[in-house]
Amino acid sequence: MDYTSDNLFAQMGQWLVAPENWSGERGIPTRILEHLGYTGLTMLIALAIAVPVGLYVGHTGRGRVVIVSGIGILRALPTLGMVFLFVLLAGLGLLPPIWALVLLAVPPVLSGVYAGISSVNRDTVDAARAMGMSEAQILFRVEVPNGLPVILGGVRAAVLQVVATVAVVAYINLGGLGVFLVEGTQLRDYGRLFGGAVVIGVVAIAVDLLMALVQKFAVSPGLRTSRAPVRTQDSGRQKAVASAQGGTT
Amino acid sequence: MTSETSSRSVGSAAGRPMIELRGVTKTYPGGQTAVNNLSLDIDRGAITVLVGPSGCGKTTTMRMINRMVEPTSGAVLVDGEDIADRKASDLRRSMGYVMQSSGLLPHRTVLDNIATVPRLNGVPRKDARARATELLEVVGLAPDLGRRYPAQLSGGQQQRVGVARALAADPPILLMDEPFSAVDPVVRQELQEELLRLQRDLAKTIVFVTHDIDEATILGDKVAVLNIGGVLAQYATPEEILRAPVSDFVAGFVGRDRGFRHLSFQEGEGVRIHPIQTIEVDRLGDPDAAVTSPWTLAVDAGGRPQGWVPQNRRSTIRSVADLVPGGSLYRRGDTLRRALDAALSAPSGLGVAVDDEGRVVGAVRAGEILELIEDARVDRGRANYNTAV
Repeated sequence: MDYTSDNLFAQMGQWLVAPENWSGERGIPTRILEHLGYTGLTMLIALAIAVPVGLYVGHTGRGRVVIVSGIGILRALPTLGMVFLFVLLAGLGLLPPIWALVLLAVPPVLSGVYAGISSVNRDTVDAARAMGMSEAQILFRVEVPNGLPVILGGVRAAVLQVVATVAVVAYINLGGLGVFLVEGTQLRDYGRLFGGAVVIGVVAIAVDLLMALVQKFAVSPGLRTSRAPVRTQDSGRQKAVASAQGGTT
Repeated sequence: MTSETSSRSVGSAAGRPMIELRGVTKTYPGGQTAVNNLSLDIDRGAITVLVGPSGCGKTTTMRMINRMVEPTSGAVLVDGEDIADRKASDLRRSMGYVMQSSGLLPHRTVLDNIATVPRLNGVPRKDARARATELLEVVGLAPDLGRRYPAQLSGGQQQRVGVARALAADPPILLMDEPFSAVDPVVRQELQEELLRLQRDLAKTIVFVTHDIDEATILGDKVAVLNIGGVLAQYATPEEILRAPVSDFVAGFVGRDRGFRHLSFQEGEGVRIHPIQTIEVDRLGDPDAAVTSPWTLAVDAGGRPQGWVPQNRRSTIRSVADLVPGGSLYRRGDTLRRALDAALSAPSGLGVAVDDEGRVVGAVRAGEILELIEDARVDRGRANYNTAV
């Protein structure tokens, strides 16, 4: 693309408003849809793995140590390296890079679900059991609704990370908004490079706001109106909550 | 022969204790024994209080009745059936449960909290909510509180909702685990009175756990005092526990003023009520309105006591604010404890007696009350002596 200025920001602005970048198979809208598609697919797989495990560990308290250390290991993995590793192991295609992203999304979801469930006041759970709820009823009618703020916090953190990181799939020709970063670098087209980065940022913020909205409407007003934070005696639980919330930053 | 057998079986069904603990022991994996070979019959339609110091296994004992804790050995029978044979969640739904921290579900409205067990039992939401609204009234809460969430209620209100929730499915048994110990003393007394009022109408079998011997003697039809390690120290009426503790442990636990508290079980009907001089508060400002006895009681237009006028300070007392504050009031028919307290707490030494509307009817004197107590003791001694022979 030809720019009328040498200024980086001016080039970025020109790239962002150029009509030819907003249409066609290689245009920004298509790339956004691809980007969100990969994000959605990654989250679906991550949720399908992390939610059941988190619910089980949170409710029963079994396997807590395994989960906590496993989450730590997963968090230390470099996603781009994982993408190439999976591609080398399994070949090109859609799924190998998606698995690398799933590894990125699982830790925040898992720790959010686990911490959310185990942060629910034990007296509340005890009362539910004493009233005659079955274990499944306790889990889905008491622990999940009351742990929802923390659970959704974990999911939100995961979505944000995936939206920002899904760009890496462009390295193996899968499209998405990362394409602008790869092309921009290769062509030394800085308007394209920074313009693409801005679009990724805007999409990430928009998705995060949407998640915030979901969080607001999904959580019972009874949990928002509490006058004082619930104090838990179990410091291990509090640490778990803190680490899950730390994941949102 | 046949008629005798049938009559005996009928008798045993009606007279059978609602809950029977049969040699129940609970030992935790660490080897610590919470309850040790406990046998207890809990009467139908009565309040049975389990009381004792912390570590006596009173809560563990109660939680074995709804299988929240499984006994290591021994059996618990409800209505003659071993509860180990019943599905735990079904058993629990047949018993109301109230706990210290209310245990309300924070994410549900008050109404839906109360409706929890009926909903679990498959009652349609609309019916369960209608019943919950009724129950709000039963426990003395305004119906519009039903839309609130638990965090928006005071501690006392939460406990009332907890009681309403326990009553929602109309279970024959209520288990109450220190339900009133987290609220302030004024609210606690209110809740205790409310529970007794409810119990007069409902006649549930209530198992009530507390560490407070006062609460135990106020509420209990029967009181089981437990010692450390889950050993039953005494099981009797509260009156008997205060009058005749069986061991030093029980005597020590009941406390130093058990003699005084025992007066709560003695009717004050025989207390003599003396006429008393009164002055209307409106006339306090009138210097000509003289008082003729050392202590004169000021009353409002409705005859309710407002405070005392000592004769030697008549000239300084011009309005209600200047009055010497009165002591506690003795309502006609109250216990001897109330009568004695009224006499002892009044600055004049005259306990103010009032009728049911709170109007002054006269005064009681400490000396005469003590004589009554003495007479009652003599009568009881004679009765005890006779039964012993």
